[in-house]
Amino acid sequence: MPSERRLEREAAKRRRRRRGQAIAALSSVVILGGLATLILTSPGWPEVRETFFNWEVFKESFPDVAKAFWLDVKIFLVAEVAILAVGLLVALVRIARSAALFPLRLLAVVFVDLFRGIPTILLVFLIGFGVPALQLSNTPNDPIVLGAFALVLSYSAYVAEVYRAGINSVHRGQRDAALAVGLTEGQAMRHVILPQAIRRVAPPLLNDFVALQKDVALISILGPLEAFREAQIIESLTFNFTPLVAAALLYLAVTVPTARIVDRMGGPEGAVR
Amino acid sequence: MSAPGGGAVLEVRGVTKAFGEREVLRGIDLSVREHEAVALIGASGSGKSTLLRCIDLLEEVDDGDVFLDGETITDPAVDPIAVRRRLGLVFQAYNLFPHLSALENVVLGEMRAHGIGRAEAEERGRALLARFGLGGREDDRPDNLSGGQQQRVAIARAFAGRPRALLLDEVTSALDPELVGEVLEAVRDLKGEGMTMLIATHEMGFAREVADRVAFLHEGRILELGPPEQVLSAPAEDETRRFLRRIQAN
Repeated sequence: MPSERRLEREAAKRRRRRRGQAIAALSSVVILGGLATLILTSPGWPEVRETFFNWEVFKESFPDVAKAFWLDVKIFLVAEVAILAVGLLVALVRIARSAALFPLRLLAVVFVDLFRGIPTILLVFLIGFGVPALQLSNTPNDPIVLGAFALVLSYSAYVAEVYRAGINSVHRGQRDAALAVGLTEGQAMRHVILPQAIRRVAPPLLNDFVALQKDVALISILGPLEAFREAQIIESLTFNFTPLVAAALLYLAVTVPTARIVDRMGGPEGAVR
Repeated sequence: MSAPGGGAVLEVRGVTKAFGEREVLRGIDLSVREHEAVALIGASGSGKSTLLRCIDLLEEVDDGDVFLDGETITDPAVDPIAVRRRLGLVFQAYNLFPHLSALENVVLGEMRAHGIGRAEAEERGRALLARFGLGGREDDRPDNLSGGQQQRVAIARAFAGRPRALLLDEVTSALDPELVGEVLEAVRDLKGEGMTMLIATHEMGFAREVADRVAFLHEGRILELGPPEQVLSAPAEDETRRFLRRIQAN
């Protein structure tokens, strides 16, 4: 039988919770309702609804945009795998202390500075048009491949730094302990340090992938028919922007689930409550 | 001083080590004979940890040499990895691998450094964990173990590589008082089977009980070295007396 004091406390707790819920509900109605009213009663709304949210155009264009979006999905799936590998390689080279690796280390620093420092759209442009202009045999001329290559360069530079931060965050005692049981430096990295580092940086890595999933649209400047480009083409034929909204929804369909995974990994603080 | 190899498993001669301007070891001479346990005592910062790390080649000595079974291991031409495989080091803060289970912690070195097959390494690992009172905890991550249990896993891990000598770096200093006993029991057990050990410790009672000789380290030098009853009960040096009084006051 709980004491009276305890019952009192529990009742107070319930009151506080109910009050919190009521305030959350009220402020949601006021703010979201206010925003909706503002938009729906604006003088241009009927026209905006017609040009951006036309159900007929949406139904008509969605299958084509979705088909084009499949290209985005393929590009970022391949690019993500390549980025994980290249980023790790660059990070390991930067961290290695061997004197023989000095030139590689220098290259790794230049790689990160260069590809992180150039706007991604500019990099896509330079590689997409620059590499074919070199007229080398054996280099790919497919704009999809070149565009994906540019994205891999840009994102690998970011991801290399994420890995490096993760590796540096593993306590020095872990390396000592790995060496003390007789492992080589390489084995210590592979079996002891990297597994801990990668676990720690998984959320920021996924965060970079959310960014990548959107940036695949940049490849459209080279011509491939991915979702954004396809939507633009339909828009220019119909003078209606609804296909672009359809494309936006498709991007959201992959970025939002990824973002929720990131929240989960980061603990409960990130989750919507 | 005896010639290297004259029965000594470990021999430290004239070792100095400085970190920048700070001289931590100022000329250490010390030997540990087969089956002998030598306790290193001294205040925090007297150089106990640094000496153990220098012997395990985790730090490079500035001057002097360390011999293992008569071989100069501090020679720059010697492969430090091969040397570490012949020694075991237990850290004050355990330094277990948090992403691996207790058993995986114990067998990692055996499998990767000593090339022993998984089945054999795991069989030995299980037996070792059981010996140190950790039967049934093989699959637990370090997070799920108490400090005393973690340190016993760390001792099993260091012992798994069949070291010629074990180096223990204040293995009970990070523990709650009620957990100290179980870890000392593990060390006592190793001493009982004749393990050669160099033990940095703040536990004077334990040093008296387990050590064959006690070395008092003060400001990077060994001020006094002898049997425990002499160094701990009838020290010749004022510094040693002062240190023992301070320890007892706590």
